[in-house]
Amino acid sequence: MAEFRLPKNSRIRKGQHFAAPDGVSNVRRFAVYRYDPDSGENPRVDTYEVDLDSCGPMVLDALIKIKNEVDPTLTFRRSCREGICGSCAMNIDGGNTLACTRAIDSIKGDVKIYPLPHMPVVKDLVPDLTNFYAQYASIKPWLQARTPPPPDQERLQSKEDQELINEPAACILCACCSTSCPSYWWNSDRYLGPAALLAAYRWLVDSRDDATGERLDELEDPFRLYRCHTIMNCTQTCPKDLNPAQAIAETKKMLVERRY
Amino acid sequence: MSLRAPLGRVLGLGTAKDGTDHWWGQRVSGVALVLLGLWFVASVVVSPSLAHDVVVEFIGRPLNSVLLSLLCLTAAYHSWLGVQVVIEDYVHAHGSKIVSLILSRFAHVLVAVISIYAILRIGSGV
Repeated sequence: MAEFRLPKNSRIRKGQHFAAPDGVSNVRRFAVYRYDPDSGENPRVDTYEVDLDSCGPMVLDALIKIKNEVDPTLTFRRSCREGICGSCAMNIDGGNTLACTRAIDSIKGDVKIYPLPHMPVVKDLVPDLTNFYAQYASIKPWLQARTPPPPDQERLQSKEDQELINEPAACILCACCSTSCPSYWWNSDRYLGPAALLAAYRWLVDSRDDATGERLDELEDPFRLYRCHTIMNCTQTCPKDLNPAQAIAETKKMLVERRY
Repeated sequence: MSLRAPLGRVLGLGTAKDGTDHWWGQRVSGVALVLLGLWFVASVVVSPSLAHDVVVEFIGRPLNSVLLSLLCLTAAYHSWLGVQVVIEDYVHAHGSKIVSLILSRFAHVLVAVISIYAILRIGSGV
């Protein structure tokens, strides 16, 4: 059966509290999920008081400040700090988003930070995305053309053709959408999830790609595609304002369209 | 533990090349249920009384027998498709999944057959 409670060794305990230094006035509390596989202990939530007067505006700024000044053992992924690499995707204030583009002052009360939901945790805020990346690879995210390219120039696309892939191609594979989807939580071993399906759609509508039929064949499966029950958490949570739910709906329409 | 590569695991047994019929069937039967449901609710509302002899006489009329049978068939079909999705979503152990799917199919066919038998029996006045 589906698991509605965390396994025993994943249940979260109360952790340490790190108070702000004396004499600071603009203090915000950050409650951060901590898990160290080497310790053999259950995960815990540590609370850190951060002086916002000496901290950048984003949640990632606070995490970096905590790591630099308070607790160097805090582990998280980050790279570009401008919402284009997708590394710092995590669950902040109950929703999946990028720590680098989520402003601290957009959150009321304590800032609660957890790893992306329902993924194996490597350490602290770092989830294991192996399966997620393999799902992306499985949809063959590259151009498959039978038409040879023109000998003297690149493959041409009209402006309208390009506009079809503008949005789906802007996905940064941060995994916020897939890990927000209850259907993905229960069946991520067989359901591809919104991110991989959005990527698949990006190639389905690419005017230069000749493998549309084969791509649809590969998706036509009760689990790979049809585990999507139009919950639309994916679209609501996407930090890039993309619409995976619509891409999946369009894919389902294509599968009906080729029958009649 | 298996050392099978993640991609191999994702590709698994391959695609079932199926699912569109199920998805489309659920939508089409949904539309049919809206129409039949509206007819059914309207019939109950305009019925002068819900006394036994009035209802039996209502079911016995040819058009009503046909529409009621369609309503029961469509509802059973739609419910079967829906329950199948719920089982596939939440029951993960292979054995109990297959058993639940078979039992659900039996139950839905049984309900459909019982309803149609009842309607026909009332209609033929036996």
